[in-house]
Formats: sequence, C-alpha cells, structure tokens
Amino acid sequence: MEDLLLEYLPIIIFMGISGIIGLVLLVIPYFAAPSKPDAAKLSAYECGFNAFDDARMKFDVRFYLVAILFIIFDLEVAFLFPWAVSLGDVGMLGFWSMMVFLGVLTIGFTYEWKKGALEWE
Amino acid sequence: MEIANLPDLGPIASELTLAIGGMALLLLGAFRGDGALRLVGYGAVLLFGLAAVLVIGQPNETVLGFHGAIIMDPFAKFMKVLILIGSAVAVIMSLNYLEQEKLDRFEYPVLIVFATLGMLMMVSANDLLALYMGLELQSLALYVVASFNRDSLRSTESGLKYFVLGALASGMLLYGSSLVYGFSGTTNFPSIAEAATGHGMPLGILFGMVFILAGLAFKVSAVPFHMWTPDVYEGAPTPVTAFFAAAPKIAAIALFIRVMMGAFPEAVAQWQQVVVFISIASMVLGAFAAIGQRNIKRLMAYSSIGHMGFALVGLASGTAQGIQGVLIYLSIYLVMNAGVFCCILAMRRAEGMVENIDELAGLSKERPVLAFVFAMFMFSLAGIPPLAGFFAKFYVFVAAIDADLYALSVIGVLSSVVGAFYYLRIVKIMFFDEPAEPFEVPLAREVSIVLTLSSLFTIFFFVHPSTLISLATTAAASLSSGAVAVVGH
Repeated sequence: MEDLLLEYLPIIIFMGISGIIGLVLLVIPYFAAPSKPDAAKLSAYECGFNAFDDARMKFDVRFYLVAILFIIFDLEVAFLFPWAVSLGDVGMLGFWSMMVFLGVLTIGFTYEWKKGALEWE
Repeated sequence: MEIANLPDLGPIASELTLAIGGMALLLLGAFRGDGALRLVGYGAVLLFGLAAVLVIGQPNETVLGFHGAIIMDPFAKFMKVLILIGSAVAVIMSLNYLEQEKLDRFEYPVLIVFATLGMLMMVSANDLLALYMGLELQSLALYVVASFNRDSLRSTESGLKYFVLGALASGMLLYGSSLVYGFSGTTNFPSIAEAATGHGMPLGILFGMVFILAGLAFKVSAVPFHMWTPDVYEGAPTPVTAFFAAAPKIAAIALFIRVMMGAFPEAVAQWQQVVVFISIASMVLGAFAAIGQRNIKRLMAYSSIGHMGFALVGLASGTAQGIQGVLIYLSIYLVMNAGVFCCILAMRRAEGMVENIDELAGLSKERPVLAFVFAMFMFSLAGIPPLAGFFAKFYVFVAAIDADLYALSVIGVLSSVVGAFYYLRIVKIMFFDEPAEPFEVPLAREVSIVLTLSSLFTIFFFVHPSTLISLATTAAASLSSGAVAVVGH
C-alpha cells in the first residue's frame, strides 16, 4: 500500500505546485500591480472601434453544431497520434480496431453531410 | 505481424448485429430522406428479431469474452430477450404516433437500436468499464429520444432534465467505480469479489459500492433518486414514455443484479440494507404520490417507481429464488406496461392527444372492449388475482419471506393495497362516470395487435405459467451457482 501511494507522490507535488502558482498569480496583482482604471480600460474590448453592444448576446445555434462536429474529428486525431506511434506494438488487431473506429466515424460523417449539417444556409 | 489474438466474437454476436445494422439503417435513412420512417422502423424491428434469435442460440452455460470483460450466461440471455422484445414493441407502437404528430424522422428507430445495443452491453457487462460503456451508450441515445419532439417545450425540457440528472448519476457511478478500482486494483467483477473477501472488505470498496448503488438506483428511478421520472415521462412523447418505462428499466435492474451478485457477493449484509431501504421507499412513494396525479403519464411514472420497488424486493432477498422473482416480475411488467401504453395511445381526439385521466370518463359506454382491457391492465398492475400482475408480486414476496425480510414484505403488501386505490379509480372513472367526448375510433393496426397480445398474456397467464417460471429458474441459477466459466479470449 505504501509503495502504491508513493508512486502517486509526484502527482501530489505537481498539484501542490500548480495550486500555489495559480494562487500566487491571483494574489500578487492586488499588491504589486498599479491600478489606474479609466473608461477605456473598463469597457468591453472590441477590436478597432468603440464597444457598441452588450457582450452577452444571443448567437446562432449553428455555431454549436459546427463546434460539436469539429470536436469529433479533433478527438479522432487525438486517438490517431498514439496509435500511429505504437502501431508496431499493437499489431494487426490494433490496426483493424482503428480501422473499425474510423469506419464508424465515416458513417457518422456521411450522415451529417447528407443531413446538410455542414451547410451554413 | 499476423492476424493474431482476434477476440472471440461469439458472445457478442447480437450486439454486433445491432451495431452494424443500426449504422446501416442510419445510412439508409440518410440517403432515403425523411420519408423513410416506416422502412427504417421495420428494419429495426427485424434487427431486434435477428438479435433475439442470436441470443437464444447462445450456449446455455457461462461464457466469458474479451478477457473476462463480457459475460454471457442464461441470466443474460433471459434479460436480453426481454429487452429486445421491449424495444421492438416500442418501435412498433411509435410508428403511427410519430406520423400523426408530424415527428416522422427516421432517426427515431435508429436511436432506439443504439439504446438497445447499450442495454445489451449493460446486461453482459462483467467489468466496470464494460458497464460504463453500455450505460452511457444507452443513456445518450435515451436523452435524445426524450426530447424527440424538439418543437415542444415540455419535450425538450424533459430531455434536458434527464440529461443533467443522468450525467450527475453517471458521475456518482464513475466516482464509485474509481474508489472500487483504487482499493481493489481491478475493474473485473469476479476479481473485485475476491479482493472484497480476502481479509475483510476495505472501507474504500464499501464506499465505492454505495456510490455505484446510487448511480444504478438513479437508472432504475428508485427513491430517493426518482425526481426526474415524472417530469421526463410527462414531457416525452407517449411512445417514448412507453419505451422508457420498460426496456431501460429492465436493463438497469439486470445491471443492478449483476453488480451486486457478481462483484459484491460476499457483501450481501452491506448492500442488502441499502436495497431494502430504496425498495421500501420506492414502493411507498409510488403508492402515495400517484394518488394526487391527474395526468395519466405522470401517474404511470409513479406507478413505475413503485413497480421498481417491488422488483427490488426480490433482489433484497439476495437469493437465487429472489432473482427468479425479479425476472418473472420484469417479464410480466414489460407486457403490462406495453398494454397500458397502447391504451394511453388510444386517448386521442381530433385536436390531438389527451392525457388527463378525467378524459377517460364513461369510456365503457363508447368503447366497451378498450375499457375492459384497460381495466384488466389496471387490476393486473394493482396485483389482483388471477391476472399476471398478481403472480409477479407473489414470487418476489415469497422470496422475501423465505429470506426472513418480514418487515419489507409487510410494507410491500400494504403499499400495494394503497396503490390499488389509484388504479381502481381509473376503472371507476371509465365505468361509472358520465361519458366525456368520445375518442377517435381507429386505433392503428400495429398498436391493436400489441394491445391484443399483451392483454391475452395478462389475462391468461395463470393458465400456463410454468414455461416462464422454469426459464427464470434456469437464468437465476446460472447467476448465483458460481458455475464453472468457459473462458474464451
């Protein structure tokens, strides 16, 4: 049990360090940073012109759709990299497992294409 | 490199069929467009039939697959056939409704196929990861079908509620799984069982077990994790509610039994008290909370909470006899539930579906046969002999008494008496109240077929109950006897 817990020691240390760094960066500005607010600094940021609307507005649900479709293929790439690197070790079973996975994704892609999810209008 | 170590796909033949078939149906629908609902729907029913044949063809012994992550035994066979029947009936009942409500999109049967695939994996899970995979595949598909009527506020609300609370329950289940894994060093059920018996049960495993129990209790909508049920049942389209009340509940109870008997068989004393509590709480709440309901779907939601409580009575006994009782209970509940929802689908006027129970007033004058059948289902749900529902309750309570759970049995029988009140009130409204406006007459052909079959089963079950009982006995025995497993790859 001791050995098992010791294996996790670096994780605890890392969590501690990241927590401390985060807190320090949050707290230091209160004391160290100069604070001279003016109207331009406090307004919402718009590139090139004055802000003319509230930042919290409704926007088109299609952005979400595109984002969701993107995430699927983003994850696919995240799986493909380790698979490509270890292809020699995982053998034919690993190869065909990934092919099946890609096949399933392709079917999903065909579906969304036929449904017109990729067209903006 | 050679084609080596290919796992034995025999034990998951039915799951593979559903997976490949489901994707084929998805493509078929995508290329045929929205008019393909009936085609895809009948294709899905065909798939369920094929999968059921493959399940029945499995050997009558315990077979492990995928390094012990998947288990196929008579218990799994029994549950899978029940689930496949439930899903097929749900699709058949939906087609006409979806067309009438202008919801005829082909995704519906495809989603039911994927949900069913997840349920079959849940039933066969012998490993915490396989459990979670199946559970999530099932749940994600169900969240979508709950809000299938996406232009209706109540339907989308029900889907969202189901999703948020379901995600919370999944989180609890995962937290429990990680605790169990952390303290036992394995995710495999038999290995967890060994780790939990060796030198007493570590506290961490106990905690993990309780968290897993909480997650599973949510999925069977047992009190105190039942809050989502009435809202989801009321908001979802009626055939979806019919589906929710049957197949997913059966799969979740199967998983409940599998985890408790498979991973924690030596901790009966620990989980028994939890199961006894949620069982009593579900039965009592199901009986009392339904009294005030005027909406038939909310009423059925509380009724299903109560029925899950009765089913858990069998599990609480922790014996093979109890498991047998649960299996019989679920089979009969599946049929009664399909029948009741066929009757609810008949509650339609020219302006659309009506859901208030007062709309049933005087149904016996307008539609004597429908009213009679509806009344039979109500008597059966209340557990009045000689209808099927009586036998369902009988077997679980006998098991509970044999396991010396007297308090549980007495409270169960008493709450079933209280529950009889609201079932019988519906009968009273149909037979003794002044007639309301009549319903639209033609009931869709496939719905009346389901209605006829389920009412015949419910009324004439007592003539020949032995087939179902012997099947349930075999299935229950395979689970608790610790039969020698045939280990595949």
